[in-house]
Amino acid sequence: MKPALLRIRGLRVALGSRERPVRAVDGVDLDVRPGETLALLGESGCGKSMTAFGMMRLLPLSGRITAGQVLFDGQDLLALPEREMRAVRGGSLGMIFQEPMTSLNPVMRIGDQIGESIRLHDKANLRRLRERVVELLDAVGIPDPRRRADEYPHQLSGGMKQRVMVAIALAGKPRLLIADEPTTALDVTIQAQVLTLLKDLQRRAGMAVLLISHDLGVVAETADRVAVMYAGQLVEVSDAKAFFHQPAHPYGRKLFSSLPTFGKRGRELEIIPGMVPPLDSDFSGCRFADRCDFVQDDCCASEPAWRDLEDGHRVRCIHPRGGPLVPAVDGELATRQRMPGQALLDVDDLKVHFPIHKGMLRRVKGYVKAVDGVSLKLDSSHTLALVGESGCGKTTVGKGILRLIEPTAGRVMFDGDDLAALQASALRKRRADMQIIFQDPAASMNPRMPVGEIVAEGLRAQGLGGNREARQRRVAELLEQVGLPADSAQRYPHEFSGGQRQRICVARALAVEPKLIVCDEPTSALDVSVQAQILNLFSELQQRLKLSYLFITHDISVISFIAHEIAVMYLGRIVEQGRVDEVLEQPKHPYTLALLSAVPVIDSKQRREVIRLEGDMPSPANQPTGCHFHPRCARAMPVCRERYPDVSRVSASHTAACWLLDQN
Amino acid sequence: MIGWFARRFGHLLLVMFGASCLVFLLIHLIPGDPIEVMLGEHAQAADREALRARLGLDRPLPVQFGAYLGGLARGELGTSIHSGRAVAELLVERLPATVELTLAALLFAILLAIPLGISAALHHGRARDATAMTFSLIGVSVPNFLLGPLLILVFSLWLGWTPVSGRMGFSSLLLPALTLGSGMAAITARMVRGSLLEVLREDYIRTARAKGLGPRAVIWRHALRNAWLPVLTLIGLQLGALLGGAVVTETVFSWPGIGSLMIESIQKRDYPIVQGCVLLISLSYVLVNLVTDLAYAWVDPRIRLGSSE
Repeated sequence: MKPALLRIRGLRVALGSRERPVRAVDGVDLDVRPGETLALLGESGCGKSMTAFGMMRLLPLSGRITAGQVLFDGQDLLALPEREMRAVRGGSLGMIFQEPMTSLNPVMRIGDQIGESIRLHDKANLRRLRERVVELLDAVGIPDPRRRADEYPHQLSGGMKQRVMVAIALAGKPRLLIADEPTTALDVTIQAQVLTLLKDLQRRAGMAVLLISHDLGVVAETADRVAVMYAGQLVEVSDAKAFFHQPAHPYGRKLFSSLPTFGKRGRELEIIPGMVPPLDSDFSGCRFADRCDFVQDDCCASEPAWRDLEDGHRVRCIHPRGGPLVPAVDGELATRQRMPGQALLDVDDLKVHFPIHKGMLRRVKGYVKAVDGVSLKLDSSHTLALVGESGCGKTTVGKGILRLIEPTAGRVMFDGDDLAALQASALRKRRADMQIIFQDPAASMNPRMPVGEIVAEGLRAQGLGGNREARQRRVAELLEQVGLPADSAQRYPHEFSGGQRQRICVARALAVEPKLIVCDEPTSALDVSVQAQILNLFSELQQRLKLSYLFITHDISVISFIAHEIAVMYLGRIVEQGRVDEVLEQPKHPYTLALLSAVPVIDSKQRREVIRLEGDMPSPANQPTGCHFHPRCARAMPVCRERYPDVSRVSASHTAACWLLDQN
Repeated sequence: MIGWFARRFGHLLLVMFGASCLVFLLIHLIPGDPIEVMLGEHAQAADREALRARLGLDRPLPVQFGAYLGGLARGELGTSIHSGRAVAELLVERLPATVELTLAALLFAILLAIPLGISAALHHGRARDATAMTFSLIGVSVPNFLLGPLLILVFSLWLGWTPVSGRMGFSSLLLPALTLGSGMAAITARMVRGSLLEVLREDYIRTARAKGLGPRAVIWRHALRNAWLPVLTLIGLQLGALLGGAVVTETVFSWPGIGSLMIESIQKRDYPIVQGCVLLISLSYVLVNLVTDLAYAWVDPRIRLGSSE
């Protein structure tokens, strides 16, 4: 075995006050070998990023390293003078970040931002700086690199920005690249592009990668070895194969079982009760003990020591679990498959166009066709998932249906009324029947309003719920229904965790007894274990209250667990629609196919060949002629460039708009 | 770009038209007979009528307004009641002094505010920050009519370093520029500090540090260029205020600029001059704003003039 390139020993990072420090990283030992990919896996707040920032010595102002060694190539980085550390940072030790959108300087040309790195770390290429910049842009797969070098970050898409970040890191010829959630902010098809790029570069340059991620799928597809982190400590280190075959720590196992999948439909997802313990407290036993299903008396007595299982698989648990995870059974689907329901929502040819003004007189010179003729049907007690990548118009569909944005054209039949044609006063009355839940629960609540008032506001607006006391009783009832303690009503949103906040938003939506709830990415800001709780809540409420959901999301695994029907959207139009099993198992549209293939899969046996989509989705202000997808479609034919395909029927419930089907 | 200029020029004309209307009404808003106010109660009836005819106040209002606008279009702002000189000529005579004072104040403010703001931001929450912000608080709070005489007392009367008043070369410019610039320096320093603190928390600053750049390069090349935007707006707004707000400072130091011309004319009730001054000040406001917007586009590539907002 090759000696480790990076050896971290006993690293401790503290944040905040000295009297009561938050021990974000509490004694981490980690080895990364040359050329390998080590994934640091864990949920938010477990200390993954702080480990990386600690070793780069890039901690926030309130942070400091209190103990440990970071031996990189035999040299202790923590003992280097800052000047020498700067030669390592960005040079042989590169880093890319989660948010490509905000990680580049907006007022500096791309080429200059890459050039800066070359100036610092690659003096040999100083004389051909410009050439080297173009080479690097080319190496990370940016088309037309000469032109792009002179552009500013806002002229690039998110995926391209992340490629530029990679180019900046590459400029220093790194031997180790730290990638902190490099694809979390990107769409799946773009994620697949960036992950492939990283793998390619790694192979060619022989660099090691420390991948920080919360996404089991991404880790499964990229990592050679895995280190699981929980509450500031590592709890399991293993070869990736062994880890995904049989994880040993109860925490890791729980992460797997709380993932939504098609096989778990109709059942409750497993959840991890409670919350990660605050890291400013003192621990005497196992940090996971109070959330662990297999806890025994000795777990709380002393901190568990590392146990060696086999082949370097180590776990910090007194009673590690063995054996493969119980595979989820496909069955029980029937209960949630097709219950006959009545038509609740029937959207016909909905259009939302935003005018583009130009010139001296601000005349309308064109339209952003965000939604361009969408038709949907949703039955009562059913869930329809609207899926697509960012910018495809799915959120606008949701808002257009509820008339939070005025539709340009189309009909929205909801329980007998055409919402698109209702007068303002009549519409306000109907708002009780339809509610919306947003992606970011923290941002969608007034921070100066107590939770009780937030939940009751809809009741008051609709003149429901009777007098003050009756309303208060109703609020208490609602809070209980979503699993929050009754005394929550007097508290403020910031006192709750992310998952609890989303519960408050659910309670607020339920208050007026709606028939339809539009859920706009309701779990994408949450950790997997918390997501599981919210998804369970959604299913339970649906069965109990006969609710219908229009579920807007980009997450295929969430859809496969919760939805009855799927509509796949691309650039303002629906390209494929049908029952969830039909669309997921037999996708007909090339875009659906590409989208599904790009989703990272944990089980290597289920892995499909990734159909790589080149480039980005075009702008809805400038739609391609013919089929919108043809510029990125590997199977495009001449006719695809000329006319938009009609909808073809695949089965009674399954339709797709593609010329390939039209021929048959 | 050309479309943007055309649109902005249209805005400019509109604002100037509005200002002209207000200025025109000014003379009619004076309670009682403006002629009596101008000449005093004991003036001869013949003199009154002569002045009335000269100012055109004997004609119907719409005709007066038409004549006034027509004059403006030809660049005629009327003549002084007392000296009989053309108002435009008087303004042109006084303008250089005001511009000189304003620019000197601006230069002083920027030279003081930017290092002060940067140093406060970089030592956020520590002694240097607190000191800088205390000075800035004092700078904002002390009014010019107090600061001016104080400075005169110390530097002119006690130390004898500078002349007490008037406009006689560089040394006479120092105290008025300091007085006028202090408030601006104080507010700008705060803005530089606040804006820089915000930018330093941005992700791209972390990227810059992760490249291995030293603190100086991070601040000058990355942070400051982004921190400029709000500071520019503020300087633009204040520069407009300085051009008009020099009234107090110019009076205290007997600085022969537009501000003191306006005060003298108000005291002498020489309304055509007052009108001319007000128009000139509005025009400078609008122009400064135009320049600020241009500077914005120059600093931030995301702002493309003329594209749809």
